[in-house]
Amino acid sequence: MSAERVLTRGTVVIDTEACKGCDLCIDACRPGVLAMTTVERNSRGYHYPELRAGCTACQACSQICPDFVFQVWKFETPVELEVDAAEVHR
Amino acid sequence: MSSSRRLLEGSTAIAESMVSAGCRFFAGYPMTPFTEVLESMARALPPVGGVCMNAESELEAVGMAWGAAATGTRAATGSVGQGLSLMQESLSEICFARLPLVVLNMARGQGDYYQATRGGGHGDYRHLVLAPADLPEAVRLAQLAFHLADRWRNPVLFLGDYYLAHVQEAVDTGPIDFGPSPAKEWALDGSTSGTGRAKLVSPIVPTKRDDPHPVDYGQHLGAMAEHVATMADQVEPMAETGYLEGAELVVVAYGTPARYLRSAVAGLRQEGLPVGFVRPITLWPFPTEVVAQATAHARAVAVFELNTGQMFDDVRLAVLGRCPVTFIGGLSFDASGFGIAPDLDVAVVSERVRRALDEARRASA
Amino acid sequence: MTIPTDRPPSIPARLVDDFTPPLILPGEHFLCPGCGEPAAMRSVVEIIDELGLTARALAVFGIGCYTAFSGALDVEVLQALHGRAPSLATGVKRAKPDTIVFTVQGDGDMVNEGLQEVLHTAARGEAVTCILLNNGVFGETGGHMTATTVLGQRTKNTLEGRQAAAHGYPILIADLVARVEGSAYVARGATNTAGNVARTRRMLAAAFELQAAGAGFTFVEILTMCPTGWFIETEEAPAYLTDNLAAVHTLGVLKDVRQSAPADPAPSA
Repeated sequence: MSAERVLTRGTVVIDTEACKGCDLCIDACRPGVLAMTTVERNSRGYHYPELRAGCTACQACSQICPDFVFQVWKFETPVELEVDAAEVHR
Repeated sequence: MSSSRRLLEGSTAIAESMVSAGCRFFAGYPMTPFTEVLESMARALPPVGGVCMNAESELEAVGMAWGAAATGTRAATGSVGQGLSLMQESLSEICFARLPLVVLNMARGQGDYYQATRGGGHGDYRHLVLAPADLPEAVRLAQLAFHLADRWRNPVLFLGDYYLAHVQEAVDTGPIDFGPSPAKEWALDGSTSGTGRAKLVSPIVPTKRDDPHPVDYGQHLGAMAEHVATMADQVEPMAETGYLEGAELVVVAYGTPARYLRSAVAGLRQEGLPVGFVRPITLWPFPTEVVAQATAHARAVAVFELNTGQMFDDVRLAVLGRCPVTFIGGLSFDASGFGIAPDLDVAVVSERVRRALDEARRASA
Repeated sequence: MTIPTDRPPSIPARLVDDFTPPLILPGEHFLCPGCGEPAAMRSVVEIIDELGLTARALAVFGIGCYTAFSGALDVEVLQALHGRAPSLATGVKRAKPDTIVFTVQGDGDMVNEGLQEVLHTAARGEAVTCILLNNGVFGETGGHMTATTVLGQRTKNTLEGRQAAAHGYPILIADLVARVEGSAYVARGATNTAGNVARTRRMLAAAFELQAAGAGFTFVEILTMCPTGWFIETEEAPAYLTDNLAAVHTLGVLKDVRQSAPADPAPSA
């Protein structure tokens, strides 16, 4: 698979143990760079979100999450990060 | 505020006295015979920078008073027994929230004794209850109520009636100094928000999650139980006694009816009949020891109250079987239903006391 | 390729949103997965902080799932009874006019138990902000019908869906409040989408600004998800809110005394 490069303006820190698997962040994420794990679960048995390249630090996830799972960081300078073409959610 | 005596109607005098005590928030709903207290507070508070709210119902009234009290403001509300029935959930929770509040019951008759002393709400709590018999006493107790409420962080119930509200007597409603009140460190005003130590006033769980000494619901109820026991033990019970020397019959009454009893007993003593009286002034804590000692050598005790027998229970508890306790009161209403009692008549009361003395002598002969 | 999310970035970056806002104390609230109330609480306290009103702020809490936050905010809290918060808020504000007072109430609390309290408080034009977290059910007691439950909505006492003949009609409380003369700002938002959260924050800002300006009673209703009380999966809840609750309790600004003409409702996302 060829690697695309996606402009990424920020990133998140995810408190996976706090997550209760509700999926709200997935639809809320404007660039669509969050996806729930399909195998891994946290110690409480919930799937939790993982981050792909392309985050814009828009804070949609942190603002909508009921469990305060996200910490959002905005890069001083956007970077280009590699991502598999198949993973780009547009 | 005048510092000399003036002829005033009860409602006005009580209102002025509350303002002298520093009451700066009042909320109420009209109901006879409480309405004139609300009117008087509406006149008296704005000139001193206080607030009087015409609440849309008794529920709003007690809610508003609760909110004001939580800010540390000396606050009061009131109604008649029926209106206090509506307020009971809130009054219970205000006790559990450990807030000072003065609550007036300008009652219709004396049927609200249980409501006042047992509390008509849910849970293990108590109000302090003050029952004046005349206007000079009412004026003093209205101010004492605020002092006790602050001292104990507990609502205080002022139990009045139609007569107290509408009779005129010469009284001085100037401020009375009962000594310093504790600082209200718990009071809310927004200023501790965002400091990491924001205050919480709650009847359920009194501490925030990050409090270094968290108190959970069960512990809070336990602390409430201790608080009630402490008040029962340390609040000075008040009572008036008279003509106890050699009394074969002691009669117990409170409030306006006790004035009639006092006159009746005085008259019977002049005839040489050995009768005496006890007039509880704090109904909670009830002056149990005073009643016990006053009746220790009597042949019998009688209770005169305008209901079907409520303080009767507390008198029997105080006497504890040492001698018979009989009920010589009863319901007495005129057509208004407002608690104007045809039986409040010295001749009527004297006759009942006389009969009770005769029965006491027959029974113990 | 997933990005490591277990630590802050190693390249220069600034923190734009922390796990919990400063005014919410860290820790579990024990509300259900997918609950819309925490996002609403977050928006409320963040707006208060942004407007610089923190040191005057005082919350009066009703009784419901959201009561979990009464002990979890670094904001002064007065805990009220079910339905009674507006009168307590009135007492606080009248006694201390410099405070910024807001209530936090659910629909069962405000529209069932406390219907007269909120209407009277609005009519008096009390300079307080009542915040309604409306999920159309009694969440804390297990999912029963409230006065705002919409027709067709299944709850434990409307198992076939609420029917007008048997159960009456929902009360659109924000509409009633908007018709009362004393209300200065009335709006309905929601926390089911990022866009609605952003619009709701603007509504909250308007409400608190108007309170600070002494303009009268302000009211922000926030539709929130309750997948547990709606008996659906968490991922279905945002759409359920749009299709069912927001279709009846329509989103937008219903009243704003700063505008001479009625405000246009914002599109519901």
